[in-house]
Amino acid sequence: MDFRYLPMTEQDKKEMLQTIGVKDTEELFSDIPEEVRLKGPLQIKEPKSEGELKAELAALASRNVTMKTHASFLGAGVYDHYIPSIVDHVISRSEFYTAYTPYQPEISQGELQAIFEFQTMIAELTGMDVANSSMYDGGTALAEAATLSAGHTRKKKIVVSEAVHPESRQVIDSYGRGQHLEIVTVPHKDGMTDLQALEDAVDADTASVIVQYPNFFGQVEPLADIRKIIDAQPKAMMVVSSNPLALGFLTPPGSFGADIVVGDTQVFGIPAQFGGPHCGYFASSAKLMRKLPGRLVGQTKDEEGRRGFVLTLQAREQHIRRDKATSNICSNQALNALASSVAMSALGKKGVAEMAHLNIQKAHYMKKQLEAHGLQVIFQGAFFNELVIKVEDDADALNDYLVTQGFIGGYHLGRTDDRLKNHILVAVTEQRTKEQIDTFARKVAAVHAKQY
Amino acid sequence: MQNNTDFPLLFEQTKPGRTGYSLPPLDVPEMDLSEVFESDYIRSEPAELPELSELQIIRHYTALSRRNYGVDSGFYPLGSCTMKYNPKINEDVIRMEGFSHVHPYQDTKTAQGALELMFDLQEQLKEITGMHEVSLQPAAGAHGEWTGLMMIRALHEKNGETQRTKVIVPDSAHGTNPASATVAGFESVTVKSNEEGLVDLDDLRRVVGEDTAALMLTNPNTLGLFEKDILEMARIVHEAGGKLYYDGANLNAIMGYTRPGDMGFDVVHLNLHKTFTGPHGGGGPGSGPVGVSEELAAFLPKPVVRRQGEEIILDEDRPDSIGRVKPYYGNFGINVRAYTYIRTMGPEGLKRVSEYAVLNANYMMRRLSEAFDLPYTQHCKHEFVLSGRRQKKLGVRTLDIAKRLLDFGYHPPTIYFPLNVEEALMIEPTETEAKETLDSFIDTMLEIASDAESHPEIVQEAPHTTVVSRMDETTAARKPILRYIPE
Repeated sequence: MDFRYLPMTEQDKKEMLQTIGVKDTEELFSDIPEEVRLKGPLQIKEPKSEGELKAELAALASRNVTMKTHASFLGAGVYDHYIPSIVDHVISRSEFYTAYTPYQPEISQGELQAIFEFQTMIAELTGMDVANSSMYDGGTALAEAATLSAGHTRKKKIVVSEAVHPESRQVIDSYGRGQHLEIVTVPHKDGMTDLQALEDAVDADTASVIVQYPNFFGQVEPLADIRKIIDAQPKAMMVVSSNPLALGFLTPPGSFGADIVVGDTQVFGIPAQFGGPHCGYFASSAKLMRKLPGRLVGQTKDEEGRRGFVLTLQAREQHIRRDKATSNICSNQALNALASSVAMSALGKKGVAEMAHLNIQKAHYMKKQLEAHGLQVIFQGAFFNELVIKVEDDADALNDYLVTQGFIGGYHLGRTDDRLKNHILVAVTEQRTKEQIDTFARKVAAVHAKQY
Repeated sequence: MQNNTDFPLLFEQTKPGRTGYSLPPLDVPEMDLSEVFESDYIRSEPAELPELSELQIIRHYTALSRRNYGVDSGFYPLGSCTMKYNPKINEDVIRMEGFSHVHPYQDTKTAQGALELMFDLQEQLKEITGMHEVSLQPAAGAHGEWTGLMMIRALHEKNGETQRTKVIVPDSAHGTNPASATVAGFESVTVKSNEEGLVDLDDLRRVVGEDTAALMLTNPNTLGLFEKDILEMARIVHEAGGKLYYDGANLNAIMGYTRPGDMGFDVVHLNLHKTFTGPHGGGGPGSGPVGVSEELAAFLPKPVVRRQGEEIILDEDRPDSIGRVKPYYGNFGINVRAYTYIRTMGPEGLKRVSEYAVLNANYMMRRLSEAFDLPYTQHCKHEFVLSGRRQKKLGVRTLDIAKRLLDFGYHPPTIYFPLNVEEALMIEPTETEAKETLDSFIDTMLEIASDAESHPEIVQEAPHTTVVSRMDETTAARKPILRYIPE
């Protein structure tokens, strides 16, 4: 059988074996001990031709409900947003997607400059001094922020708000075990971090306080009040996980004195892809610049004085520091950072604000519709594009029904929080039309009133 | 600061009033948001993002792409990175809406296509690695290393062996190995290599003990050499009560010939963006699944994708699990590409991949040894390491050779790694390169070696043809400029 990715011919093989001075390729594998040799072929599926395989995989793909076949009101960290057509065209340039880490700056100026621009845009949106080139996702970025704060303050206690994404909190727990951190969770109250409990939890051992803005329930946490509580401990750091789209409208965490801001840029040009790859970002104040995890691109000049870009401050990184490194991240999400850069460039100064505005307006319209139908919207604080409703019926059954009606319903908060059984987190993005919102509200209300 | 030879940044092309987007008009009654939000929380100054038309943005990025170099541009023998061809069908498949627009929190009944693919990929990877269970959760190789080490730690803790705090790492190991050990809360201990470039068994016997949690090993190692005493190493580590960790960065050398599971490894991570053709994307995203022996299966990260009757489910009920290592279920998009590749190649294809990767590497190694020092002379696997010490004596450093290769349109090999070879040049051709390509590269390398003798300045001053020349990296690190700031 011939394989289209393998250019080796019998003639090539013969000539190469002769040059090497062996009679067959088996000889090149003679150092593998007999006892560990695989006897017989791998028991994996037989290959398929390009056309057959594509047809098979298309059939598999068609078994999934998607945010294109159904109108999605599901968010909880992953959203259906406008992706400008140019995004996929740019990231499909194979000079970008078939390259690796830009270790050779002379032939990698394109990637390096694109990352430098990404770092700039993230710093702008978050109101921070610097940002790195990307992290795996918002969740691991948050865990790395916890680790960094512990290393920087030489303290072990991390205070995490329960209104932070539950999966991010679980990732912090996992990382924390490796680093022997003490993770203390502060409960939510009325959909926001319980400030009294926070004040009680923050003490002299505290390395950092982690909150989300807007939080997991869509509510806008009072960062100014939280900063004041943290200020009682001069060393403790403020870490904010933030949806960067929301920062098109909200005052950025940097303006409230955040030390580290992380999040996910999935909202800018990255499809949901069943949860990944998305793209984490990591921004900080200037004083933490030399402690950031991951790769950083810096501006410099070449021998002729021309501006150019290089990977810099590499002394922080695992390939130099080895066991002294505080993060082991190596591969990151460069191509997705590029996708987000293109989306952010397309939206630009005006579009990011406009898109954020559309989200807020439509989500608030949804709130009115649901309330008009007699549904209870639980939390009453200011929110971005997500709100929480409580239903009488089983929330999972409601979502099953909604799928049959052409909708992907919201996130059942009872999945991870016993106090919030049959509470549903509903996301409304700029992609949803008035008609979809009206119909969705009506259908949910009908189920709620058992009138379907 | 910009002079006229500088390539402009997005921010230097911006002009107020230009737009590159198209959003729908607001179709619901508009609210006065100042009634909803406290004024302190409404952004007063917009983020300074660029303002450009769509064509301007496209021209900008097209120009940037032309200042970049990928596998599709030319030969990219970057050792240990497996820069093989990235098949185009993979890109088509992940762009199918049924894969790209599935939400991770949809009810699993509505995402059976995606879950079926994940489950089957796990099955294929189990067989390829010879492991008992596989999880697709980790986002990249280093993330997989950390996940694997956390599982080993959980196992030792469960067995009450909390004194196992040390991870043994060969001196030739990837830098991520000791870094991952540290992040997982272990201390790393180095084991030396012997004259053959393999782990020194006596030194291994010396460093193992009651405090050994694991030995991390890549086989073939970073010199491209197969650790032929692997069974003895496994015995030494296991008898001391430690576990054997396989760094799958170099799996491309052995598929269909041998399997980590059969060599005695307890935990394996794979780099799907290397061996299994996920594109490297300018630095990521990758995917770093982990495979484990039966003993460690209970510790796999949550959730576990498994079959329950007719359905594929996400199993969260795993009391011994190390927990969640990443939100959602791993880098699905990269996993789809890897799956497409495995289904394209099949058992015979994957074995031939390794056969030809090894044949190409040996061919290049023998021909290049004419002009470059070859510190380890046995047959290599998928990659090999030359030393530039002969050229260094002539005043030509390995860095110079790498830069000179740029003038000929090649991406240079990995340089100055592994650390145990002076002036190292680590070359991995991969199986997707044609003999003609290898021959041209070899001829170029021989020419550079000859230039190093006759007129070294042409090498020392390279590159001569790139859009920029060598960068002042010292100033970049001393006075970091990490973002654009308008004048």
